[in-house]
Amino acid sequence: MQLRDIAHSRTGDKGNISNISVIAYRPEDWPVLLEQVTAKRVRDHFGALIAGEVVRYELPQIGALNFVMYEALGGGVTRSLALDPHGKCLSSRLLTLPIDMQG
Amino acid sequence: MKTIRIGTGAGFSGDRIEPAVDLAEKGDLDYLVFECLAERTIALAQQAKMHDPNAGFDPLLERRMRAVLKICREKGVRVISNMGAANPVAAAKHTIKIARELGLSGLRVAAVQGDNVLDVLSPDEFVIEDTNCTLGAFDKDVISANAYLGAAGIVDALHAGADVVLTGRAADPAMFLAPQIFEFGWRMDDWTRLGRGTLVGHLLECGGQVTGGYFADPGLKDVPDLANLGFPIAEVDEYGNAIITKLPGTGGFVNAATCKEQLLYEVHDPKRYIQPDVIADFSAVEITEVGPDRVAVSNGNGLPKTGSLKVSIGYIDSCVGEGQISYAGPGASQRGQLALDILRQRIDQIGIDCDEVRGELIGVNSIFKDVAATDCAPSEVRVRFVVRTGDMQTAARIGEEVESLYLNGPAGGGGVTKSSREIVAIVSGLLPEDRLTTRFEMMEA
Repeated sequence: MQLRDIAHSRTGDKGNISNISVIAYRPEDWPVLLEQVTAKRVRDHFGALIAGEVVRYELPQIGALNFVMYEALGGGVTRSLALDPHGKCLSSRLLTLPIDMQG
Repeated sequence: MKTIRIGTGAGFSGDRIEPAVDLAEKGDLDYLVFECLAERTIALAQQAKMHDPNAGFDPLLERRMRAVLKICREKGVRVISNMGAANPVAAAKHTIKIARELGLSGLRVAAVQGDNVLDVLSPDEFVIEDTNCTLGAFDKDVISANAYLGAAGIVDALHAGADVVLTGRAADPAMFLAPQIFEFGWRMDDWTRLGRGTLVGHLLECGGQVTGGYFADPGLKDVPDLANLGFPIAEVDEYGNAIITKLPGTGGFVNAATCKEQLLYEVHDPKRYIQPDVIADFSAVEITEVGPDRVAVSNGNGLPKTGSLKVSIGYIDSCVGEGQISYAGPGASQRGQLALDILRQRIDQIGIDCDEVRGELIGVNSIFKDVAATDCAPSEVRVRFVVRTGDMQTAARIGEEVESLYLNGPAGGGGVTKSSREIVAIVSGLLPEDRLTTRFEMMEA
């Protein structure tokens, strides 16, 4: 099972920083997000795409996490050579994170 | 209880115009707000203004104003926009000209100024956060410096009776916060209400992104009638609580999921969404579906403002050359990779001075590098070769080298495109707000 089966997501950009929301479709899946979608797992899942640290913020009342990823946009949106300088596609990568519903 | 209705007329500079016309006609709106200014747009507009003192405002202002101005006048809808870009006064003059042509005698248009701080910044004191050096020590050709203004200038213009308010650089949510401050008489130190008003602005500022745009994922997240996507409306009360909705009969939807995605869009710490007028706190926001396409948003909060304004510095960064070519059929990836290897060798041989080189295969590794690569062979790939360099002549050589792969590269390459461009980039820093003065100039058609 992948994260996209239980959550949706949107990427935003500011300079060289990307943020990605992860939002549970159903309130009952919120504890799974909280336990399994950690900053470390997110950092590892993006590997070489992100040079800096990843910080996680929690919004339990709406069942959402917000990840702030530093040095993530090729030096910054306005000067990056990337095909997707805003990192708009990054949320689609995060949604492939494996999730264990038994655990 | 008094409520007002604010609609979004545009969520970015290239946004669609038809949904704004729809909102103006049928939205029973009090305000229609057009957010049209991207991070570097104002630097490019400043360059245009240097060549022509009457230029430097949004090139789509003409079409947008012609589309909505008459309807807004008839329905009593006031318009707020940052389409002034680098030249709000010229934008206002042009809007007056259009208003006269449309027979809208007496229409009042205000130009808010004060965001251009190029002459205000101290080279020895202003620190560029990206490079951690002072402006004076920054060895690039600076072309613009604009502070993100808060709501005050717009509020003043509304008090003076403006039907249309045009700004340059203003914080996007502030354009939506301003009419709430004006209509409800909020104090500028009522942090809770300013935080809530900012929340409303943040949900509205990207237009269709809260009504089902940028959301659809067929089979998983299906959105009805996306082709006719409607733009959002907020019904706000004097406490700053709001219902987010849209026009009946338009495409898309407003539900808890679309509002949650937009709530966190471009947000870092949800407790500290830093704005010129307030630090908005989204951490305890509640989002509740209260009817079809009707979502209640409450429990926003706010903390005292920082007293500093973010300033964007536009500068000429570098020149970039790019070329692309496609390969298809069996062995497409291998031929694409061979093309990239040849290109690297050739720019090395001819001695091109490169600050940064990026070679990739669209369809394989152009977005996620090799992090998400799979073994499956794509039926086609597109080679993309991009180089950062110091001048436009060198940048143009890159596309020429890609083009020469036709006769001097792997088999079956087709569809070359080439481009070169000067990069205007942005760095930023903070300026104490008392260093600048916001004022407005009123004109009448």
